[in-house]
Amino acid sequence: MSTLGAHDVSVRLGDRLAVDKVTATFEAGTVTAILGPNGAGKSTLLACLAGLRKPLSGHVRLDDVDVLSMPPRARARRIGFIPQTPEIAWAVEARILVGLGRTPFIGSRGLSLEDAAAIDRAMAAAGLEALAERDVTTLSGGERGRVLIARALAGDPEWLLADEPLTGLDPGHQLDAGALFRAMAHEQGRGVVLTLHDLSLAARIADRIVVMAGGEILADGPPDAALSPDVLSAAYDIEARYVTGASGPLIEIVGRGR
Amino acid sequence: MSRRTATRIALLALSVLLAFVSMAAGRVWVPFSDWTDPSDPHWAIVFELRLPRTILAIAVGAALGMSGAAMQGYTRNPLADPGALGVSSMAALGAVLTLYLGAGASQPWVIATAAMIGAFIAVFLLLALSGQASSIVTFILAGVILQTVAGAGVALALSLAPNPWAVNEIVNWLMGSLADRSVGEVQMALPLIVVGCGLLLLIGRGLDALTLGETGARSLGINMTATRWLLAVGVALTAGASVAVTGVIGFVGLIVPHLLRPLVGARPGGLLLPSAIGGAVLVLAADVAVRLTPAAGEVKLGVAMAVLGGPFFFALLLSLRKRIA
Repeated sequence: MSTLGAHDVSVRLGDRLAVDKVTATFEAGTVTAILGPNGAGKSTLLACLAGLRKPLSGHVRLDDVDVLSMPPRARARRIGFIPQTPEIAWAVEARILVGLGRTPFIGSRGLSLEDAAAIDRAMAAAGLEALAERDVTTLSGGERGRVLIARALAGDPEWLLADEPLTGLDPGHQLDAGALFRAMAHEQGRGVVLTLHDLSLAARIADRIVVMAGGEILADGPPDAALSPDVLSAAYDIEARYVTGASGPLIEIVGRGR
Repeated sequence: MSRRTATRIALLALSVLLAFVSMAAGRVWVPFSDWTDPSDPHWAIVFELRLPRTILAIAVGAALGMSGAAMQGYTRNPLADPGALGVSSMAALGAVLTLYLGAGASQPWVIATAAMIGAFIAVFLLLALSGQASSIVTFILAGVILQTVAGAGVALALSLAPNPWAVNEIVNWLMGSLADRSVGEVQMALPLIVVGCGLLLLIGRGLDALTLGETGARSLGINMTATRWLLAVGVALTAGASVAVTGVIGFVGLIVPHLLRPLVGARPGGLLLPSAIGGAVLVLAADVAVRLTPAAGEVKLGVAMAVLGGPFFFALLLSLRKRIA
């Protein structure tokens, strides 16, 4: 089983440590959500895991290989990454944007039949068939979010690291995307690591939750353990309860902390 | 047939047609029937005087069109262009300095080398000054700074020029033209432009991935350092070699990709080759128009292009106002 692990990772942003000696190992076949208040270091940690940021100290290993030592193309084939504020610079068709996910595979001859099939699968998985020919700059924020998820799926990565992939999606599509991430992990055996802000959604989607604050890990475990009132109070300064409803877990937020 | 294919075929057909027109047209109109007889004096006009000029128009147009498309792709900025952002001016400064120092007169490759070094420095300063974020505003400001510095350098060379001959030569340089170019210029510029365009074509995939921003491109396995170097060397070769043989011809790299985007799609890598052909078409057409314009002397191509490109740039800026603000 493939593992992706951060070992003693610290990252300095300006004059503060955005990530402070974090050690966490992620396993394939599992959906892990990283939660935490703004500025907790979630995105920075995710960028380190993706091999896109060099830590000040510590290292990130995919199985037994340091991600920074991997050739970029080989790394990109194994680790898919969705940045937090994805930029889309040009008015291209949705299908062409999704096709960019095949970049690490494309040879000098352009898109192969295999590439085209992977793009079609990704578009279908994200429910984008109807939007395939649309110019991405005319899509709504949520539709664009789905295009970017499909873009990551098109690369067929062993690991998917996504920074707030559900922000801007309506509740129905949030559930769809959540189900998609779960299927990727449970049925296809991929590793999925997400940062999220919606606590209830995280409790439903993730098998494991890592709560960060101030660059450190506060809690790490299954949702009901990691989202205990004490942890939520310490991380967010809120009073909240983990409720098991008829349809699944729910984080009931009572109010600002004491 | 898709619009993309149709556009490519139309562009190619247009460039071939214009190449023939460019060899037939001028002060002396040479009908095609005179082309086959080497003893006819018209034959010399077509093949010895006009052919180098036509080849240079194609090469320089392709160079400027492709380097504009590549710079726009890299910076995700539709206003990027070697002319507008001071790259051509820096190349001209390099060329002018060799003219001023007298070295350029002895060896034509000295001028070309100096122009390419100027262009290379300009691209690197542009990338450094505008930083990673590469916002439109910082990029244009960086271009303005380069343009100003290069302009000041040229003005200084002009005011300190040792003799009227040097002043004349420098002024000619500043107004790009294809008039009276010979086989020698073709032999010097063509290989450099071909290599430069080849380097720029190598980064097509990287430019495509940059549609998702720099982080997005890196996450797709694109080596940004290599992409940056290939862009800088490619633009230095194409724009530098062009300036070395024709002087500054602006706006080609700005206009062509913008006009082609609706026709062949906005994917930056897919825009490189069509922009090269489109640039060749534009420069050929402008050069023919310049030759046919009734005037005492020939209107300089660089001036004609500026007359055409200035309002275009202005209109483009207006349409982008929202994005910039």
